[in-house]
Amino acid sequence: MLETKIHNLTLKNPVMTASGTFGYGEEFSDFVDLSRLGGIVVKGTTGERRQGNAYPRMAETPAGMLNAVGLQNVGVETFCQDVYPRIKELDTNIIVNVSGSSIEEYSKVASMIDALDRIPAIELNISCPNVKKGGMGFGTRPEMAAQVVGEVRKVYHKTLIVKLTPNVTNVVEIAQAVEDAGADSVSLINTLLGMAIDVERQRPYLSTITGGLSGPCVKPIAVRMVWQVAHAVKIPVIGLGGIVTAADALEFLMAGAKAVEVGTANFLDPAVTMKIVDGLEDYCNRHGIKDINDIIGII
Amino acid sequence: MKKYITDFTIIGKRILGEQYFTLTLQHPATLPPIAAGQFVEVEVRGCKEVLLRRPISIHDVDTENNTLTLLIQIVGKGTRQLATLQEGDTLNLVYPLGRGFSLDGEKVLLVGGGAGIAPLLHLSKCLNAKGIRPTILLGGRTADLIPVRDEFKSLGTVGIATEDGSLGEKGLVTQHTLFSGDYDHIYTCGPTPMMKAVARHALANGIVCEVSLENLMACGIGACLCCVVDSDAGHKCVCKEGPVFKATELTKWLNN
Ligand SMILES: Cc1cc2nc3c(=O)[nH]c(=O)nc-3n(C[C@H](O)[C@H](O)[C@H](O)COP(=O)(O)OP(=O)(O)OC[C@H]3O[C@@H](n4cnc5c(N)ncnc54)[C@H](O)[C@@H]3O)c2cc1C
Ligand SMILES: Cc1cc2nc3c(=O)[nH]c(=O)nc-3n(C[C@H](O)[C@H](O)[C@H](O)COP(=O)(O)O)c2cc1C
Ligand code: FES
Repeated sequence: MLETKIHNLTLKNPVMTASGTFGYGEEFSDFVDLSRLGGIVVKGTTGERRQGNAYPRMAETPAGMLNAVGLQNVGVETFCQDVYPRIKELDTNIIVNVSGSSIEEYSKVASMIDALDRIPAIELNISCPNVKKGGMGFGTRPEMAAQVVGEVRKVYHKTLIVKLTPNVTNVVEIAQAVEDAGADSVSLINTLLGMAIDVERQRPYLSTITGGLSGPCVKPIAVRMVWQVAHAVKIPVIGLGGIVTAADALEFLMAGAKAVEVGTANFLDPAVTMKIVDGLEDYCNRHGIKDINDIIGII
Repeated sequence: MKKYITDFTIIGKRILGEQYFTLTLQHPATLPPIAAGQFVEVEVRGCKEVLLRRPISIHDVDTENNTLTLLIQIVGKGTRQLATLQEGDTLNLVYPLGRGFSLDGEKVLLVGGGAGIAPLLHLSKCLNAKGIRPTILLGGRTADLIPVRDEFKSLGTVGIATEDGSLGEKGLVTQHTLFSGDYDHIYTCGPTPMMKAVARHALANGIVCEVSLENLMACGIGACLCCVVDSDAGHKCVCKEGPVFKATELTKWLNN
């Protein structure tokens, strides 16, 4: 009833977890039956180990939070050697979120992950700054987005999902550019650039001054962008941004997403993904829906 | 250690001055083992400004009655909302989290300040169970800011330091006569400047020291990487690899 497809991937249900909010899945195994998830998108992985940004890295904001973790991760080699063997037997789609500061770095990570049998897809995080192009985000210009996707496409042979940043004037243009460059799917949205100031101490809350906004406050923007993109591309769209309940997930599905990812909500309730799966089942039963795909994109 | 998400029932509330209160929480069945220094992530309901859970140390554990107690200082919107809870209300916890104190040492000193006193009660009891009677030094600016002290009296030798001299010796905990005694292990939790002063003293005198950090947290279970401390071995998650660290792991942190 809840089964859905993203390119070559079959998902038991449309509920996946968002990169950077669910660790490698292991952190949640006491709370969640990981085999009941449609997929797990693990932490952003880069060519080399990264220390990430200085503390403080987070601030709570109305119905959301800002983060400035800065892609702290063990690097692709340690991921392949130490992390992959621990998680490869999980009975769900394990997707690696791939990040980099140059096209070469993206390609290196993607080709190393390509060799791992039990990883059926990568999610290319193109929200990162391109160090060689003055720090301009890969995902903010159609030509740059197409270029990085095109190069990764040459070395990566499985399902290639490209994760879009909402910090652009026209997200549709970027989605079309990465579709043309060979993406099999797009996921959106990554965090919105934001900022908050501690007026008592007269300084920003984050060590980096600005950071990424996530949580319920971003949901209407995310639903709008998913709806726009779903109407403009042929490849499947994965929706995320502020999902806490099954009703939130249904908004994204109706707006055209074939699957969803749950992020910040995992911090509020580590078992939230199970409640969303149960809630989708309940919704289908209540509305006499035999196949969840029947409501995808009805708006 | 397995973690749980559970609704507890509040069966006791004590108001301790204007800033502090305790909540005693009844588990619906049998409490799992809880190490001294571990913490819970508390859900704050009914306050629209609060989204994330709040990390709070486990102050006391009663395995006979399956209760645990939290000692909370009101510092902002979440803790103010928690202060409105009453007996009979439920409180949802994710617990037990983090790595606690080692319980090592023979001649043991505990140093706590403000809300940092919270984990030291369960720690004192765990040390007593091992046959160790610690010296317990509690500090605060004024007597009002030392929320609990009588509870410690049967568990060890208790010393109090207040900056205004309203209780115990006048001055900082590090100036208290008990502070310079003969110890082989110090455990400390409280304001950062206090913990740094205690840890520097310990390191300078070859005493093993464990500090319990209170970094800002989002998930509490090692997933978001928001809570890191800049340890000598790089960024470490306070919620998962801590909150208790050996001072020798944190010399970089101690010196800045
Ligand atoms: C492992 C751990 C154990 C803790 N144990 C206890 C305990 O037993 N009892 C207790 O009273 N408190 C404890 N704390 C601190 C407690 O989590 C915070 O005081 C609480 O989250 C504040 O929430 P609030 O909504 O009231 O404050 P907010 O409205 O969110 O913030 C109010 C002010 O407090 C500051 N603040 C918030 N959280 C922290 C923090 N973690 N460290 C430093 N400053 C902070 C904010 O920057 C702001 O200036 C612990 C923290 C950690 C990480
Ligand atoms: C703490 C934190 C870390 C994140 N790390 C990553 C990351 O490494 N790669 C990535 O593509 N997105 C990352 N994100 C963005 C999320 O995957 C997601 O796109 C965003 O938070 C919006 O969804 P949400 O509102 O459900 O959290 C992170 C978000 C948070 C809150
Ligand atoms: S609070 Fe999320 S990793 Fe520590």
